[in-house]
Parts: sequence; C-alpha cells; structure tokens
Amino acid sequence: MEIRGTELFVKALREEGVNTLFAYPGGQVIDLFDALYDAEGIEVILPRHEQGLIHAADGYARSTGKVGVCLVTSGPGATNLVTGIATANYDSVPLVCFTGQVPTHLIGNDAFQEVDIVGITRNICKHAITVRDRKDLAKVIKEAFFIAKSGKPGPVVVDLPKDIQQAMGSDDYPKEVSIRGYKPSTGVHIGQVRRALSILNQAKKPVFLVGGGVNIAGAGEEFTKLAELTGMPVITTIMGKGAIPTNHPLYIGNIGIHGNYAANRAISECDVLFSIGTRFNDRITGKITEFAKLAAIIHIDIDAASISRNIQVDVPIVADAKTAIIKILEEAKGLPVSEWTKEVRGWKEENPLGMKKYEGMTPEIIINKINEKFDDLIVVTDVGQNQMWTTQYLELDHSRKLLTSGGLGTMGYGLPAAIGAKLGNPDIPVLCISGDGGMQMNIQEMATAVCLELPLILCVFNNSYLGNVRQWQEMFYGGRYAFTSLATRRSHAGRGGAGTENAGIENADIENVGIENEGIECADTNSARTSGGSSSCTSDSKEAIKGSPKYSPDFVKLAESYDAIGIRVETAEEIDEALDIASKSKNTPVLIEFIIEPEANVYPIVPTGKPLNEMVID
Amino acid sequence: MGKVIENIIKKRWISLYVENEIGVLAKISGLFSGKSYNMDSLTVGETEDETISRMTISVTSDESTFEQIKKQLNRCVEVIKVVDFTDIPIHMKEILFVKINSLKDSEKEEVFSISKIYGLAVIDCDRSTLLLECVQTESKNNAIIKLFQNSFPNRIEVVKGGSVAIEAISVADR
Repeated sequence: MEIRGTELFVKALREEGVNTLFAYPGGQVIDLFDALYDAEGIEVILPRHEQGLIHAADGYARSTGKVGVCLVTSGPGATNLVTGIATANYDSVPLVCFTGQVPTHLIGNDAFQEVDIVGITRNICKHAITVRDRKDLAKVIKEAFFIAKSGKPGPVVVDLPKDIQQAMGSDDYPKEVSIRGYKPSTGVHIGQVRRALSILNQAKKPVFLVGGGVNIAGAGEEFTKLAELTGMPVITTIMGKGAIPTNHPLYIGNIGIHGNYAANRAISECDVLFSIGTRFNDRITGKITEFAKLAAIIHIDIDAASISRNIQVDVPIVADAKTAIIKILEEAKGLPVSEWTKEVRGWKEENPLGMKKYEGMTPEIIINKINEKFDDLIVVTDVGQNQMWTTQYLELDHSRKLLTSGGLGTMGYGLPAAIGAKLGNPDIPVLCISGDGGMQMNIQEMATAVCLELPLILCVFNNSYLGNVRQWQEMFYGGRYAFTSLATRRSHAGRGGAGTENAGIENADIENVGIENEGIECADTNSARTSGGSSSCTSDSKEAIKGSPKYSPDFVKLAESYDAIGIRVETAEEIDEALDIASKSKNTPVLIEFIIEPEANVYPIVPTGKPLNEMVID
Repeated sequence: MGKVIENIIKKRWISLYVENEIGVLAKISGLFSGKSYNMDSLTVGETEDETISRMTISVTSDESTFEQIKKQLNRCVEVIKVVDFTDIPIHMKEILFVKINSLKDSEKEEVFSISKIYGLAVIDCDRSTLLLECVQTESKNNAIIKLFQNSFPNRIEVVKGGSVAIEAISVADR
C-alpha cells in the first residue's frame, strides 16, 4: 500500500516500540507533527528548548536502556541539538534524532532555516544521514535504531527533507537490518579470555577498574558476582559507579582527579589492572606515563578503538561487557588476594572521604541525608562541583541509577535529563543535583516539568560561583577569580567580576541586594514553602533581608513563577524537612535551594600533570 | 608484561572500501582532521561495483597512531573494509601533470630527452609550452618534479592526482 512519508514515520516509531517522543515543532516538520496528532500510544513531550529536549531524551535513554527519540525542525531546531548529541556520543547513549530539512530541491540553496546538520554533526555522532529518496525512508529509520542501540550505543541523526515526508511510497517497514560496513561484535575471543585469566591468576595485587560500559551493558549483577568470586578490590570511574553496590566490602571508590585516596593509590600500586568498559579518559589517568605503571593491563571494551588508545594494553578483549563477564565467570576462580584487598580497604578506612574543612550544611551532609532518605532513587547530576560531590558521596546499589554527563561535561544537563528519567521511570523518585550555574543553563525546562506534572526533586547547590573553575583558580591561579562569580554586581566588581581575590558574598553585596530589592517581597527562610510566609524587605537592614536571595536569581521565586514549589535551605537542620516536603510531592516539581559555603572545595584533587598518587587530600 | 610497540614513523598505506554515497568522503577526511591525524594523500573512485568506492590513503605516522587510524575508520558505518597495505606487496601509481612554460627550442629538446628517460608522455604543446603526463610511483614523481624545478625554476606548474594502490599478484612496486 502507498502511504505518505509522515505516516511511515509514525509506523516506524510504533515498530520500534517508541512510546515517548521528545519533539519541538517547526515549519519543516509540521507534517510529521500533524501525523503524530492522531497517533495514539505515542506521547509527544514538548520541552521549551531543543537542548533541553535532547538532554531529556538522553536521561530517558540512560535510565531505561531504551532508545531516546527526538524530533526537531531544520536549521536552529537542529543546531540546538548539537550539544546534546555530543553529550550522548561521549557517554554512549542511544538516541535517534530526527531533524526536519528543507525540500530536497532547495538543499544547498541557502533556503530559509536550511543547515547541513549531517555535516555539522558528522564528527560528534555515531552516524548521520539525509534521506534523499522516499524509497529509502523505511530502511534508513530501521538502520538508525539498530545503529543507535547496538555495539557501542550512540546518537544517530536522520535528516528528513520536507518533500520526503510528504511523498507517497511503500508502507513496508523492514524486519531485519543488514549493513555491510557495520557488524558489531557479539562474541568473545575465548583465547584472549584465557590469556587474561592466566595473568590474573599470577597476580598478587590485582584490581578491577569498571567504567560506564558495564552499566550500559546492564552487567552490574554479573560483575558483582565476578568481583566476589575473585575477591579483588573494585574501583570505578564516575560512569561506572553503581556497577557494584557502593556499600559492598570490595568497593573502594572512584578513580581519577577527584577519586578517593585508596582508589588512586591502589591503581598506582596494583600489578594487574583488569579494566572493563572504560576508555582511560585523561580525567581518570592523571599523568599518563605514571598510570598503573606497575601493572599488566587487561581491557574489555566493545569498541576496539578504545583499546590501547590512551593506555597501552597487554590483553585486549573486544566484546560487550556482559557477554565477556559471563564468559569469564565460567572460567575464573577465586584468587589468594585477601591480604591485598584488606590492605586497600585499610587505606580507605584510614583516608575516608569527608569535608573536614567545612562545617554546617556541607554538600556531604546534604548527600548523606539523601542517602538516608531514599531507598530507591534515580539521581541526575549537572556538571561541576555538584557532580563531583555527588559521585563521591552518593550511595548506589544498582546500575542506571546515576545519570551524569561524564565525557563532555555538559552544564545544563541535569534538569532536562531528570525530566526524561522521570518520564521513563514514573514509579521511582528522581532527584537532580545541580549547581546554580548549571541550573540556569536550562532553567526553562521547569515549565516542562510543571506542565508534565512531574514530582522532580531539584536540589540546587548554590555557592554563587562556577565552583569547579573557581576552585582551580584558587588552587592553581593564585586566587584570581576571573569571571566565575555569579553574584557580584557591576558596581562592586573589579576586573574579573568578583572584585577582590577570594571575594565570596560580602556584606556589600548583601546590602546592595537589599537596596535593589527595596519594597519587594522577600523569601522567609523560616517557612518551608516561601509563598506561605514572606515578609517585606527594608533597604538598610541586613537583618531584614536575612533569608532573601543573596544571589541572583532567587531560585525560590523562580520556581514559584513556574508554578513549582521552591524551598530555601540555609542550615543543616532544615535539610530533612525540605527533603520530606519534596518527597511527598505527587505532581509538582520541588526545587530546594541549598545555600552552601561559597568556597567549599572538592577533595581529593590531582593537579594537572601529576600522577594519581600525588593527590591533594585537603 | 612487555609493552614494547613499534613506534617508527614511516609512510603507511590503507585501502578503504566505502559506500559510494554523498558525504562519505567528507566523513573520512573529517575523521582525519578531527582526530589530528596527518594525511599525506587520499584518492577515491568507484569500483567495479557502483555502490562501492575505493579509497587509497597514505599517512606518515607511528605504529600506535596508525593502529588507531585503522580502528577509527573501522568504526564508521559507511566503511565496508579497511585493508592495511603497509609491508605487503602492492602496485601503487599516481598521475602527474607537469606544464613547463617559456621554453626555448633548446630547452624543449632537453625536456624531450628527460621525458624519454623517465617514461613521460608529452600530451600537449604550443610554441613555448609543453605539457607532460606521468604515471609513476609517488617517489618517482617527486624526483621528476624536483628535476624540472631545478632545470626550469619558476616555470613549471604541477598537478598530482594522489596515489592509487592495489595488492600485487606477483611483482611488487612502490
């Protein structure tokens, strides 16, 4: 039967099991939206910005293991996806991004809202293609879903010219895919597995290093069995966190520039490094020539190009993590390494993570409260110090429960990804931890969360700084806070925006806020929900503006302006109540603004160019 | 464990079978520029199967970078097969046009002599200009260019087509 391209598109979504579509309309996709208008069973999610849209699809995909699907218009609609495509590409997230395109006869003519999105995204996605013939439409879509989710997952861009959408053609949708240049690895080379095990069996100080590949493969359970069978200590990257429960006695912690002492030391002293699903990014290796330099390195990765790229590997195994681990479990045996494991655990106990320098309401205390409060929780982070603290202190017992932009480090990821995660997991609480900088990068998605009636818990760690960079400026740039203060008013700013070295939020700023806010309503910190207890400000009294926003924006009022709930928390004693209120919300997002120490730092930290074992503890 | 790898920087050759589609050349060349791999030459043309193109790529690199290049190429959905021509017998040729301007008659004679020795074909001319065509290996062509540059400085125009290569049957030729 002959049907329009748009009808085939809807059919394809059904065939691929898509029931949630993240979409933003525009001129070149209006026909597709028209076809979706009557498409029952496919919920169309309308975020407020295409960047928010793709991060939401990303959060949906990461938390469910399904393919996230985007539909946007040509030109700016398509280019607004770029950051999200790169984010998903770095972290191997399966997305299919449909972009509208001008009709084929106008391509290349600088038509209105025409861009070469395939050319723009070619180097930041797994595959990108423009459909140039209606007869190829079904095949291209089928292949796009297959490529996105198979092998090393990733984003695929399918560019759909308007005339292809409108053209009549066959309604056939293929059942099978065969791409002659794309044959993802499905098996495991048993010889390599045995070679790896023979090295492991001679090890005296072996460790596992687990990356995001184990979580993507859904191999956490199998990996935990393998760890228990061998008795080896387990270290994770931030993307690998959750592959083994964090309270497991074999779990040591995160590796890397903000890894914990025991993990970084164990990597530096181990004699066999058994790594699974990590690409040895520079954030985890420190000085590369010193990285695990005493160790024979075994590396399992589904992407051959990830092996021996940054670190020369002794035994490469190109395979899906789950398939490989299952095979290894069949052949592995217990190792006499309990003394070594005990020693590493001893290092952890002697050097626990902890914000010793700071008192009061620290990020550590907030995250520990979150750990206590929730049994089952999906946590999404933004990027920056908030991300590092979360990946350090958050307790996890499952894969797919921590969503974070690990590879690209995309600020603005948190809120929209949390929306996607909640849509994919309506029965699990979803909590987002972000900084005041990152939250403002996609704050418009508060409207999306409100309209979708999603009870997200949005924790904003407000320190008025772009904290990660500020910490580097403090430690490595002589305290010159060049343009990292988000609070300083122009009249108080010196060169660099912060005015003075180490300028946090000073009295002058507070007074200034008071003056500017004269006559307006201020938040009342004594009230959990400020709308119920606001008081009036005066211009000359610091006391009177206590509890009013020290920083811009006033996140509580901002949340309320979106018809969400806003809570400001300034002392550790208020954390419980705020989380209680948030956890009880059934259909409204709750934003909790935690006013934290402006200059709190993340420790340990490995300075640039230093080996892992030369970390600064605090 | 030994981690010694051959890290000699040398000229290496790849033959690539790719889908004959719009954008594939850009994808391959973009991969090289995006990853900062140094490409010496790239030629592409249709094969006996019109849906498949074959590329010949030469790079000067160390072993580990070259391994990465091959792996990265293999990751591309449009790449059907990567063949490493390093250290295997191949026939390799590139086309070269050399135009020599402002020639006196005596100089023309010299060009004809050189052409005879090196197997160049004179394919076009006017009273003072000769156009030569040469299908040789890249290194021979480079030698010929150097020779003409020395003999006729600032009077030559050169167009090189990039190398094409195929596995040898019995006799290798680089």
